[in-house]
Amino acid sequence: MTRLVISSIGPVSSVQDGGRHGAQRYGLTQSGAMDRLALAAANCLVGNASFSACVEVGPFSATFTAREGAVRVALTGAPRSADIGSRSVAFETSMTIAEGETLTLGFVRGGAFSYLAIEGGIAGEPMFGSLAVNARAGLGSPYPRPLQGGDEFHVKAASVAAERRIELPAPVAGPIRLVMGPQDDEFADDAKALFLDSEWKISATSDRMGYRLEGPVIRHLHGHNIVSDGTVAGSIQVPGNGAPIVLMPDRGTSGGYPKIATVISVDLGRFAQIPAGTGFRFKAIGMAEAQAELRKFADLLRGLPDRVSAIETSDLNIEALHHANVAGSAVSAHDASTWHVVATD
Amino acid sequence: MVTDSVPPRLLPSGDSAITVEFSRHIDDAANRRVLALDRALADSPIAGVTESVPTYRSLLVHYDPVQIGFEALGEKLLALAERPVAAAVKARHWRLPVAYGGENGIDLEDVATALSTTPDDIVARHVAGHYRVAMIGFTPGWSYLSGLEPFLHMPRRQNPRLLTPAGTISIGGVQTGVQCLAGPSGWHLLGRTPVRTYQLHREPIFLLEPGDAVTFVPIDARTFAEQDRAAEAGEIVAELIAS
Repeated sequence: MTRLVISSIGPVSSVQDGGRHGAQRYGLTQSGAMDRLALAAANCLVGNASFSACVEVGPFSATFTAREGAVRVALTGAPRSADIGSRSVAFETSMTIAEGETLTLGFVRGGAFSYLAIEGGIAGEPMFGSLAVNARAGLGSPYPRPLQGGDEFHVKAASVAAERRIELPAPVAGPIRLVMGPQDDEFADDAKALFLDSEWKISATSDRMGYRLEGPVIRHLHGHNIVSDGTVAGSIQVPGNGAPIVLMPDRGTSGGYPKIATVISVDLGRFAQIPAGTGFRFKAIGMAEAQAELRKFADLLRGLPDRVSAIETSDLNIEALHHANVAGSAVSAHDASTWHVVATD
Repeated sequence: MVTDSVPPRLLPSGDSAITVEFSRHIDDAANRRVLALDRALADSPIAGVTESVPTYRSLLVHYDPVQIGFEALGEKLLALAERPVAAAVKARHWRLPVAYGGENGIDLEDVATALSTTPDDIVARHVAGHYRVAMIGFTPGWSYLSGLEPFLHMPRRQNPRLLTPAGTISIGGVQTGVQCLAGPSGWHLLGRTPVRTYQLHREPIFLLEPGDAVTFVPIDARTFAEQDRAAEAGEIVAELIAS
């Protein structure tokens, strides 16, 4: 049986998909990919359903080797060097790892998480409809924990089809948008203004549960203890030390700190990809605008398969690939070497 | 205080969830209204609502804004919240065995000292309580119980512990709770139950539901060890007294 074997992989890498839903009332959080657009794009490139399970690869290097057959994969998300054997391969394309060959991913260059989709998906036993790893709850399949060297996936042998690329819209720039609340009334106007007008950085101690923010101290009006209530991915809670924490997909389902605001769903993946130490700002928008953005995003996700096209031989010149690259990802567009070597593939 | 006549507040929790808040405090009447709205939503589903999460004082309603917007959903939820709260909803009643004190409840003696009484008195008071699952949250199966007698109300620890054992029965503030998985806690550890409120590959995976009644029965450390093994093998070991 064809396998994709992880020879080595850094921490904070795990199998993730669209997440699990329906059991938050029992304290079971949703988990799932930090960057849903990147997850869906990777899956579409290899013909999988958009929210199938992928390997979410954290910032460190990783190597994957095809055994007992060739394996088709696709890469999206945080850019980094990617080589199969001695040839570089491009993000936002599919690629085939021949039997015995190794795909080597370097350290991320911008961003935090890359997504490796495998044609035919990852075989595993879903719990609550998901293979996503939630290590605390002992959930996730085929491994209920972050990935380690020596882990392997049983996969389908690569189909005989042209490699594909996907043209994604230009990445959204600008501040991370949020909707105020649910407990913004626990903060005075000047504290809210300080929160919205300041530059923030993501702390290096952040993880899939929450991103800690570094910036000014945000004071509460009535102290930091509220009676626990429900949280969502994107909730921005402010604990006693005044340093906000943005709750991410592995968050606790309830929390007892006031939540000043909530990152909009559309921007959560983009927020998740901000590297630690990089400055950014927030911007408050209204509910109507946030929901209009979400409906547009839903249309984009639904239309992703239409953005996939076969890479024809005639496309294999640097200019065409460079064009595709600009349309697809501003980040890998800066990496001309990636494209040059693909052209010789 | 909360009365049935005060409409809840609708608080936006981002673009895909609404917090329906009945109170800012731990309040039994508010929690009953939360659970009543949760049941009403289950009985009369609203298209676009994906799941609901009851807490002490509010119901978090997750939804898909492609199907329904904030304003429209808010109106429907307010209408559901106006339904009268049933006076006595038939609840399941679970009796959970607990090994109090010793290595299973390392804070029992300190709690007794702090409250100027004996460990036996603390256990007797805790066992005498009739509790209700007000909410389940934070980590899988962590069940927050209301109904702790005021004598046992204690501030949380100054220094939360990073790791407390699976099955811990503890008190914190005005609450007592059943913690399923090992994890951090700032509460005072009185004992441990062998009951798994969350266990994969067991039916049901989650034992307790919000609204369930809970009482405790003391067991000795040896019984705990036996029942712990049985529970690990998939037995429920809690007693369902009424449903």
